[in-house]
Amino acid sequence: MPGDRAAGGTTIALLASELRVLLRRGRTWAMFGALAAIPVLLALVVFFSASPPGPGEGPPLLDKVTQNGMFVSVTALVVTTPLFLPLTISVVSGDAIAGEAGLGTLRYLLVAPAGRLRLLVVKYAGAAVFAVLAPAVVLLVGWAIGSALFGVGEATLLSGDVIGPGGALARSALVALHVAISMLGLSAIGLFASTLTTVGVGAMAATAVLAVVAQVLGQLDQLAWLHPWLFTHHWLGMMDLLREPISFSGLTDNLVLQAGYLAFFGALAYGRFTTKDVLS
Amino acid sequence: MTDLAVETRGLTKRFGHQLAVDSLDLAAPRGSVFALLGPNGSGKTTTIRMLLGLAAATGGTARVLDHEVPGGLGAALPQVGALIEGPAFYPFLTGADNLARLDAADPRGRARTRSHRVAEALERVGLTKAAGKKVRAYSLGMKQRLGLANALLLPRELLVLDEPTNGLDPQGTREVRSLIRSLADGGTTVLVSSHLLAEVEQVSTHAAVMHQGRLKAQGTLAELRAAGTAQVLLRTPDPEAAAAELVRFGLVVTGRQQAADGSTDLTATLPEDAPAPEYLVAELVAAGVGVRGFEVRRPSMEELFVALTGEGFDVAR
Ligand SMILES: Nc1ncnc2c1ncn2[C@@H]1O[C@H](COP(=O)(O)OP(=O)(O)O)[C@@H](O)[C@H]1O
Ligand SMILES: [Mg+2]
Repeated sequence: MPGDRAAGGTTIALLASELRVLLRRGRTWAMFGALAAIPVLLALVVFFSASPPGPGEGPPLLDKVTQNGMFVSVTALVVTTPLFLPLTISVVSGDAIAGEAGLGTLRYLLVAPAGRLRLLVVKYAGAAVFAVLAPAVVLLVGWAIGSALFGVGEATLLSGDVIGPGGALARSALVALHVAISMLGLSAIGLFASTLTTVGVGAMAATAVLAVVAQVLGQLDQLAWLHPWLFTHHWLGMMDLLREPISFSGLTDNLVLQAGYLAFFGALAYGRFTTKDVLS
Repeated sequence: MTDLAVETRGLTKRFGHQLAVDSLDLAAPRGSVFALLGPNGSGKTTTIRMLLGLAAATGGTARVLDHEVPGGLGAALPQVGALIEGPAFYPFLTGADNLARLDAADPRGRARTRSHRVAEALERVGLTKAAGKKVRAYSLGMKQRLGLANALLLPRELLVLDEPTNGLDPQGTREVRSLIRSLADGGTTVLVSSHLLAEVEQVSTHAAVMHQGRLKAQGTLAELRAAGTAQVLLRTPDPEAAAAELVRFGLVVTGRQQAADGSTDLTATLPEDAPAPEYLVAELVAAGVGVRGFEVRRPSMEELFVALTGEGFDVAR
């Protein structure tokens, strides 16, 4: 009955259901809460410290936050990108398939029938939405606490140019976008790991470990040839967005790199998931 | 359209060295309540997993609702409701939300009618009051009911219920039986597996018996009952003469036991072509054999299955 298919049970409907499940989970909100705590902590520490941080002291840009509260968001995003944010991404993407398998709901989704490819696409889309929401939480909470404590004034960029509040708002949003894009490759890696096991925690841990290992490799000069290929290569490349003239090349290079990881690990996940026995 | 809802030919599944399902030839007619029976570990769930495309067969073929497995399952599965190896749900969602979630994955699950259908399915399994409770707080029996409700979200041509009475109390078991009966009356084919014959014997029209992955018997319940060889129980004070007389008519004496009144109980198998019981009794009496008791017994289904599987029904492999 082709009419039935058009009327309901579309991929969009399944994605909406996926997001509802994600957002009804206490775990998701615990992670959002932990992420939100970072800008709050940062802002409070700066606010209550006797002397404002000097240039180059503490995390990047910390010295700027007193000029413009928007920079709380940027600093918090830079601080969470290497470890904290990838951990939350690993939890969501590593659990995508393995979590359903562990609960046993995977067999019921598949006989519904969700379709293996359709389910995989929806699972990745769900993880990608989380990869956008997580930095967005840091961004919004950073804006809120920053503007409350420090106000929104003019801000000096890394290049020395001065921008107004509107510019600061836009720049910090661009930084969040860069961070969200940075997590797309890791989400694909997590999705693939998730098709390999019925133990969600295993896939999450493997994904998180990879994120750390990639960054360690990125620090070794002996492996310079490898660096452009690491999915973590552009993770801290958001600084280009804080200069005048603004450079989008880091953002687009990152997008291309992450898309490559998505294609590769998406294909692996497809190959694995569409052929494996679901016995849980 | 054939008259079979489920058909397998030489269906085989190997796990490492173990044959979980071994050259299975199932034929479940449309409209039947088909009981897939066998002790734990006999391969029932594995068979169901292959039929529903969850696991790939190592060998053989299967058809579900006239669609090849697994190639045609995309077309077949929307017409199939299933409960597989127990219920499984998101503990952090309510019963109703869990059903809505699985319905969203179903290509036939229209969003517009969803909440109505969810409420109806919950009503049908007696869970209306618990609809808004998180599944975390459900008992095993309630989860089992919710699993059944999931299979009933849409009208289906085929229901596959793997051990649907597991975890249910006797009252729940009766309810499941009457549910199966009402679904079957509505024209739905029901394939129901169980390791407990008694739970499904009353509702099924057909049965297949599995043991260690192999098919031991299959057919209508009447056919299966008839397949058991009838036995004669004869109580007599003249066992020697009686045995000679029975053997003359083609019976095979299989047992002889001292009875309380000093006579002997003889058991003998009664071949299909043997003379009628009343004729046998007349001949025994004519030969001077004292007949104190004479009975023809057919084995119960339970005895039949114990004989087929070599063990009681709860015994794990
Ligand atoms: N995932 C698996 N890996 C290895 N062996 C399995 C697996 N699942 C089932 N088996 C084996 O296959 C046989 C049949 O199991 P199953 O189909 O679950 O039986 P039933 O449902 O009749 O109790 C059992 O011996 C079981 O140990
Ligand atoms: Mg089983």
